[in-house]
Amino acid sequence: MDMLLQALSSLLTIESILTVLVGVSLGLFIGSLPGLTATMALAVLLPFTFSMEALQGLIALGAVYMGSIYGGAFTAILINTPGTPSSIATTFDGYPMARQGRAYEALAGATMASVAGGVVGVIFLLILAPPLARLAVAFGPAEMFWVAMLGLTLVASLSSGSLLKGLLAGCIGMMLSTIGVSPIGGETRFTFGFPPLQGGVELIVALIGLFVIPELLTMAAEGRGALPSGGEMRKRELSIGRIARQIFGKPVNLIRSCLIGQLVAIIPGAGGNVTSLVAYNEARRFSKDPSSFGKGNLEGVVASESSNNVMVAGSMVPLLTLGIPGAPPDAIILGVLLMHGLRPGIDLFTETGVLTNGFILSMGLAALMLLPVGLIGGRLIHRVVIRTPYYFLVPSIAMVTILGTFALRNSFLDVGIMLALGTAGYFLRLIGIHAAPIVLGLILGGIAEQGYVQTMLAAVADPVPWLRLVENPLSKVLAGLVLVGAASALIPIWLERSGRLAKVTDTTEANRNREGEV
Amino acid sequence: MKFIRKPLVVAVSALAVVGMSTAVQADYPEEDITYIIPFNPGGESDVTARFQEPILEEELGVSVNVTHQPGGGGAVAWSQFQNNAEPDGYEIIGVNIPHIIGQPIQRSDAGFETDDWRIVTFFHSTPNALIVPDDSPYETLDDLVEDAKENPEAITLGGSGTYSANHLDMLRFEEEAGIDLTYIPFTGTGPLKGAIEGNHLSGIFNYTMLGTEMEDSARVLAVASEERVKALPDAPTFKEQGYDIVGGAYRGVAVPKGTPDEVVETLEEAFAKANEEIASKQEPLGFVMEDITGEEVDEVVAMLREAYEPILQSASEED
Repeated sequence: MDMLLQALSSLLTIESILTVLVGVSLGLFIGSLPGLTATMALAVLLPFTFSMEALQGLIALGAVYMGSIYGGAFTAILINTPGTPSSIATTFDGYPMARQGRAYEALAGATMASVAGGVVGVIFLLILAPPLARLAVAFGPAEMFWVAMLGLTLVASLSSGSLLKGLLAGCIGMMLSTIGVSPIGGETRFTFGFPPLQGGVELIVALIGLFVIPELLTMAAEGRGALPSGGEMRKRELSIGRIARQIFGKPVNLIRSCLIGQLVAIIPGAGGNVTSLVAYNEARRFSKDPSSFGKGNLEGVVASESSNNVMVAGSMVPLLTLGIPGAPPDAIILGVLLMHGLRPGIDLFTETGVLTNGFILSMGLAALMLLPVGLIGGRLIHRVVIRTPYYFLVPSIAMVTILGTFALRNSFLDVGIMLALGTAGYFLRLIGIHAAPIVLGLILGGIAEQGYVQTMLAAVADPVPWLRLVENPLSKVLAGLVLVGAASALIPIWLERSGRLAKVTDTTEANRNREGEV
Repeated sequence: MKFIRKPLVVAVSALAVVGMSTAVQADYPEEDITYIIPFNPGGESDVTARFQEPILEEELGVSVNVTHQPGGGGAVAWSQFQNNAEPDGYEIIGVNIPHIIGQPIQRSDAGFETDDWRIVTFFHSTPNALIVPDDSPYETLDDLVEDAKENPEAITLGGSGTYSANHLDMLRFEEEAGIDLTYIPFTGTGPLKGAIEGNHLSGIFNYTMLGTEMEDSARVLAVASEERVKALPDAPTFKEQGYDIVGGAYRGVAVPKGTPDEVVETLEEAFAKANEEIASKQEPLGFVMEDITGEEVDEVVAMLREAYEPILQSASEED
C-alpha cells in the first residue's frame, strides 16, 4: 500500500500528467488512422523515450497505447474502418448508428466504455496480476488451437442471414492465412515463385483492404457521403448524461465485456484482435433482442470498446509477471523494460514496485484522460467527417489508407494486395459475403494451425496423438465450449430448415447493403 | 550507371590501399542512412538497432533511420535489398546467421543468395542454450541424455523457428549424443516462456538471453559457446560436457556487394564504437559482443555453413 501511495505521488506531477495527456492525444490520432497501428505508434515513440527516465518513458508508452487502441473506434464508427484490428467489432453497430445520424451517441458511448474498460483493466492488473499470470501460462499449444476454434464459431453469428456465405468467407480468410512462410515448418506456400510473397498477407493490410476500400467504392458509387448531414444529426444528439445512464444504468453488458476482455487479454498470442469479437458475440448472445445487433445497437459498441481497452492493461499481466507479451504492442514495452534493466518477474512488484505501480497507475490516468480528450476530439472529428463533402473525403481517406499500408512494412506489394483485396471485397459484399468473417479466418487460421501442428509434434511418441488435444482440463473445457458454440449456431438453422421453427431471419442487413445499387 | 561505376570503384579502392583513404572517406556519409531491420519492432534485432542508432548518428554525423520490413523470417527484406539497393552505403540492412545460410538452401524461391552480401560486421552473437524448468527431473545434461535413450522422442524441446539456429543445433546435439528428441518450433521467444512456465514442454532449446531472463525459474543445462557466457557463469558449455557444439544466432549488418571498401570501413568503425558503448547494457542480458569483420566474416559463415548444410540438405530431400 505504501508503495502504491509513493507511486501515486510520483505520478501526480505536472510533468507526468502532461506526458499522459500528450501521449493519449497522440495515440488517439495515430490509432484513428487506418494502417497506423498501436504497435507502430509505440515503435515510433520508442527513440524519444530513451532520453527520458524509466518511469516517464513507460508512462508515455502506456498513454499512447491506451489512446491508440481507443482511437481505432473513431474510424470504425465514422467510416466503417477499424483504425486498429481490435476495433473490428466496433464497426458492426457503430457504423449503422452513424448512418442513422447517431454517430455522436456511438462515439460518446465508445468513449465511456473505453474509459470504464481501461480503468477496470488497471484494477485487475494491480490486484490480480500473479494469479492471472498462472492462468495465462495454462494456455499451451492445444489450448490455443481450441481458442482459435472457439473464435471461428463466431463466423456463424457474424454472417447475418446466410450461414453458408459466412462459412465461405471464413474459409477465404483461412486460405489467405496460409500464404507465405508457414508458422511451423518454415516451408513457403502459395508464393508462386514470387519471393516477396514469403511475407504473406499481413492482417492490417487485409483489414484495410477489406473494410476501407469497399466503403470508399460504395461512397463513390452512390455519389454521396455515407453519413447524414449535420443538421439532422443535431436534433437527434443526445445529452452525454443520457448516454451515460444508458450504459451504466444496466451494467451487466459492461461487466461481462470487461471480464471477457480480461480473460482473453492474458492469453498470449490472442490479444486485442480477438477480445472485442468475443465480447461482442457474447453481448449479442445474452441480449434480449439479439436481432437488433448489427443494426445500430449501442450495446454492441460498448461491448467491443470496453473489452478492447481492458486488454491494454490486461495484456500487461503476462508481460510484467512473466515477460510474455500478451499482444503485439507489448513486445515493445518489454524491450523498454529490458533496456532500463527491469527484468519482468516478481521483482518488478517488490524491488522496483514503485516504478511498476507508477506505470500501472499511469495507465489508469490515461484511461480517465480519454474522457475529455475523446469527447472533445470526437466532436471535432465527427464534425469534420460530416461536413466534408464525399468528393473530398473519399480521396483523402484513400490517400491516408495507401500511405498507411505502405508504411506498415515499407512494401508496395502490400499496397497492391490491399487494393486487390479491397476490390474483391467490394464485389463480395455485393453478393452478401462480408469482410468480418474473412478477417476472422485470417486472424484465427494461423493461430489454429500453429496450435494444432505443435500439439501433434509434441505427441509423436504417443499411441494416439489426437488425444493430446484434449489432455489437459483446460483444453477439455475449451473443446466443450467449441461444441456448445457450434451447436447453438447450427441447431436453430437446422430446425428452421426442417420447418420445426418459424422462420425469423430478417433480411434487413442484406437490403441495407443493396440500397446503393438501385 | 552501374557499369560505369564499377571500374571507378576498383580504382578508388586501389587508391585507398595506397593510403589516401582519408581523402575519400570525407565524402561518406553525406546523406541520411537507412538501416533496415527485416523483423518486427520489439525483437532483439530491433532493440539492438535502437541502442545503436544514437551512437551511429554521433559517429557518422548524419541521421540513421531505422525502418522495419518484416516478413518471411527476414527473406522479404533480404530479397528486395539484394535486388534493389544501391552499393553506396546509404542503405544498410540487418543480417542474421543462420537465416541467411539456411533459407536459400531450404527454399527454392528465397530470393537472395548467401554469397551476395558484403557483410560489414557481425556485432554480437547469442549462443544456443538448453534450458529446463526448475522442477524438471533433469539436473544435468547427462540426466537428459540418459532419459532420452530410454524414451526416444518423448522429451519435447521448444525453440524459436524451424531450421533456425535453435533447431539446427538441437539436431546436431541429437546426432552427437545418439538420441532422439522432439523439437517444437514456436514463433519467437515470447511464447516459449509461457510454454515452459505452463509445463507444456520438457525444456527449451533457445538462446542464452532466455537463460538469464528466466534465472529464477529455470536451469541452464548447457550453452553452445566456446567459453562460458559472462551473464551465466554457472552454466557449463556443451564442450565441457563432451559435445562439440558451438553455435547460435549472429546478428550483423550488410551492404550490397560492390560497396566501396572505405564506406564499409567507416561503417565498421561506427558499429564497433556502438558496440563498445552498449556492451554494458547488452552483456548482462546474455548477449556475447562480437567484432567480426573482413575475412573473419567469411570464416564464420563458412564454418557454420559446413556444420548446417548437411542437415538442411537431408531435410529438404526428405520433403
